[in-house]
Amino acid sequence: MKTTPFFKAVLAIVRKDLQAEMRGRELVGAMGVFALLAILIFSFALELDREARNEVISGVLWVTVIFSSILGLNRSLAMERDQGNLDALLLAPIGRGAVYVGKLIGNYIFTLAISAILLPVMSALYGVSLFNPYVLLTLLLGVLGFTTVGTLLATMTVQTRAREALLPIVMMPVALPIILSAVRASTGALSGASVDDWIGWVQILGALDAIFVVMCFFLFPFVVEE
Amino acid sequence: MTPLIETKGLTKAFGLMPVLRKLEFAVERGEFVALLGHNGSGKSTLMRMLCGLSKPTAGTIRVGGWELPKEADAVRAQIGVVSHKTLLYDTLTARENLRFFASLYNTTVNDVKINAALTRVGLGKRGDDLVRGFSRGMQQRLSIARALLHEPDVLIFDEPYTGLDQDGSAALDELLKDAHQAGHTILMATHDLDRAAVLATRAVILSRGVIGVDMPLDGVTGAALAEAYRRVTGVAAGG
Repeated sequence: MKTTPFFKAVLAIVRKDLQAEMRGRELVGAMGVFALLAILIFSFALELDREARNEVISGVLWVTVIFSSILGLNRSLAMERDQGNLDALLLAPIGRGAVYVGKLIGNYIFTLAISAILLPVMSALYGVSLFNPYVLLTLLLGVLGFTTVGTLLATMTVQTRAREALLPIVMMPVALPIILSAVRASTGALSGASVDDWIGWVQILGALDAIFVVMCFFLFPFVVEE
Repeated sequence: MTPLIETKGLTKAFGLMPVLRKLEFAVERGEFVALLGHNGSGKSTLMRMLCGLSKPTAGTIRVGGWELPKEADAVRAQIGVVSHKTLLYDTLTARENLRFFASLYNTTVNDVKINAALTRVGLGKRGDDLVRGFSRGMQQRLSIARALLHEPDVLIFDEPYTGLDQDGSAALDELLKDAHQAGHTILMATHDLDRAAVLATRAVILSRGVIGVDMPLDGVTGAALAEAYRRVTGVAAGG
């Protein structure tokens, strides 16, 4: 029996997603343009003093990351649907969990790449440095949680006709605890408040990530089952 | 001898609507079976269950001695599937597609093996071209190379001629003949009775979720098969 080891399958799927993206730049291109436009519009709309900027920048960062991530998730899973490729993955002698983890890692890398572009641009536009180790940690954890839930739900919604509109609608209620914790933690880190005042949100975010990763991994086979 | 594919009491229902009813079906190693029937007769549902993409409501399926859905990974390892969708990534080259699917099937491939696979389907010089630039016929041939790459015992074709022109269909005929002569067991769902009569060794006609006719095709013409089809389904072929 020639079944494929879990990590070999995961690696193959991640490599394929990166290879396709390097060639077509369909995901990061669209996500990047959307993200840059969003922060530009926010910067025009919120002509604020330095103090007010500190208060809103975390919200602007997360709104931009979340909506560009939704755009990317929709496209990433649409790519698997177009020529029946999701079926091709499910026909291979690999566990359903490997398909999920492979797609999750790809989506995580693409959203982090957008975040890496956003940080310096936002720092320059808003005059506030986002290169704070706690903000980076929050971003790593928040994006992981969001793409974990998003990869599972996008696999469901991509099979519907109204997938572009449906994903944010079904995703927001589920991802709300992750978004709330991420925004509170990064606002705290940028506000200059004592670490003890907001570190609890980072811990909650870490715990939510662990719960969602395990839950989504085990739910994925039911989502792709006919 | 144990059949390579065997179903017993296989039933599939979507909600209260039964699609397959207590199907008893077996395919011996080396056979080329044409699965016929009108739209909605249960062909694709049966194919999806044989591949482990859909679970039966009742009954058992065994492929190569492995039971579905319990041993689905083992079953999938010995099946190659070609569908009317290409199951290929159009932003990758032909070579990259084959390499990706080979790693999913835990098959070691080098450039020599990939070149041989591409040459076998007439795409030897197009390995580094993006699949999105291929014609429908070329994509379908690459799809066959993908399905054969892990050297499966069973090849499942679900309406493989959909969207192909005359030349593409003729090229696919040759590839199917070659695959059968190479010893692969083939199960093909199609509406093309003439083609089924020429290529297959046996025809199974499904109607209303049961097998209406199961007949060998030795010396049977397309017209004779069409008559059997009409008798079972009550409609002319393609209806």
